[in-house]
Amino acid sequence: MKISKPFWIYTMIAIIGYVIVQVMISSGQLDMYYSNLFITMAINVMLAVSLHLVIGITGQFSIGHAGFLAVGAYISAICTMQLQLPFIVGLIVGAVVAAIAGLIVGIPTLRLRGDYLAIATLGFAEIIRIIFLNWDYVGGAAGMQVMQQTTWTYAFFGMLITIIVISNFTRSRHGRACIAIREDEIAADAMGINITYYKVLAFAIGSLFAGLAGGLFSHNFFIIQPAQFGFLKSFDILIYVVLGGLGSLSGAVIAAVALTIISLYLQDFPETRMIIYSLVLILVMLYRPVGLMGTKEITDLFKRKRKGGDVHE
Amino acid sequence: MNNPLLKVENVGIQFGGLKAVQGFDMELFEGELVGLIGPNGAGKTTSFNMLTGVYKPTEGQITFDGKVTNKMSPHQVTKSGVSRTFQNIRLFKELTVLDNVKVANHSLANHSLMSSVLRLPAHFKGEAKMEQQSIEFLKIFELDKYKDELAKNLPYGMQRRLEIARALAAGPKLLLLDEPAAGMNPQETRALMDLIALIRKKFDLTILLIEHDMGLVMGICERIYVLDHGQLIASGTPEEIRSNKKVIEAYLGEEVTI
Repeated sequence: MKISKPFWIYTMIAIIGYVIVQVMISSGQLDMYYSNLFITMAINVMLAVSLHLVIGITGQFSIGHAGFLAVGAYISAICTMQLQLPFIVGLIVGAVVAAIAGLIVGIPTLRLRGDYLAIATLGFAEIIRIIFLNWDYVGGAAGMQVMQQTTWTYAFFGMLITIIVISNFTRSRHGRACIAIREDEIAADAMGINITYYKVLAFAIGSLFAGLAGGLFSHNFFIIQPAQFGFLKSFDILIYVVLGGLGSLSGAVIAAVALTIISLYLQDFPETRMIIYSLVLILVMLYRPVGLMGTKEITDLFKRKRKGGDVHE
Repeated sequence: MNNPLLKVENVGIQFGGLKAVQGFDMELFEGELVGLIGPNGAGKTTSFNMLTGVYKPTEGQITFDGKVTNKMSPHQVTKSGVSRTFQNIRLFKELTVLDNVKVANHSLANHSLMSSVLRLPAHFKGEAKMEQQSIEFLKIFELDKYKDELAKNLPYGMQRRLEIARALAAGPKLLLLDEPAAGMNPQETRALMDLIALIRKKFDLTILLIEHDMGLVMGICERIYVLDHGQLIASGTPEEIRSNKKVIEAYLGEEVTI
């Protein structure tokens, strides 16, 4: 089993990172402000990686990802606040309902291509937002009070599961089928790949993890409002994926982490924040139009060093 | 003879007011190598697209291996045993040579989504088998040296061969080749002819090929169908076709006496 050895190495590195941050949080070296940064970072990575599966791997240009984030956020908040269920149950229910929403949206809209799909998914995300806006049970425009329950541990393991599942999916015959659809739909179909099934599957898995991120997101702040899940949020997530490089999981992760940090530090300059943020994006797109990583993965860099041996994916 | 492997009965397709193909009849028997020829725009590729489910015929019926396939979508037709190549090469350009073949091998593998996500033993077994089978196909086409190259970086002739390798990896009984020798020089064409003969024997294939290169068609096909303006104008052995008046007219124009 050649694949499992590097897998365990990477997992160990990730766990060590987790332990370091956890120790720093419990010993008080990182205050609320910074622990919040790490949690937000993990949530953004989950969103980026889940959208990466839909856009970068399957090539379906969906720009309504915040809709699934909203479904997960609200459903999990309803579970914990209204139904008094434990947090973990809320997270799972939120993720599953978001995946179902992904199926419902995906089956009709994934027949569309390119721009049409983008418009349809954008429209869907707006519908979700308007539903929550007009639903008094969840507080309408004023928002819904949510207890803060998301800890670094939840956020980290949510992120780890997301990355492992999506990277394992990608590096299997199922993921290859999705990449083939991205490359050439007609040829993929002619090679015996059920393109509707795989498009909807990728969309549903992406929605599942967006929903999970939603549950963590809503329990990280004390209130959720429909305005947080607007069109701009969808765009934020899209930017992580495009900036990281379409088709690169590690690129999406790096872009999500970097942009979370940049936008946090830019909060000190509220007047120029959006200008600097936009400049960063414009510069990256000018000098690296394929995104930070292109379609490469960070693990490819290590592979090249020990070339000569049997290079395995 | 026994039942035909592929039976095409009175098949036609209309795009708006244009009848691209009409009244197309064809029978292919197991193990045959049959050519489909005709001038440009005769409807050859359209017929291929109907046979593989890309287009749904507006009339008639296609039966393959006892199953009616004209209502199926392309991936279902492929699973029932018809595989094809494309006139304008359609490889997965950003994938490696090996992965291109593995994608086509997809429907022959059966490890589940769950086993892949959880990396269960079934996944490793399934993937290892796919890899081994795919390399076998690459070896036949002498492409195994280039397995880690991206498909888009291969020279043209190799891309053509890779497309045939990929079509074979889908496990077909009937292989449809759409102008396999297009853009090749005479030596490459001859090598390709040998290769087609080889895979036909090795995999017990029935092959239908569209070709413009008359040397190739007349040289290896046992029977030939000729299309012109969307209609079947002749069918028969290469000798019969060569001397068929209608065929000569379609290609060269009418004979005039001055």
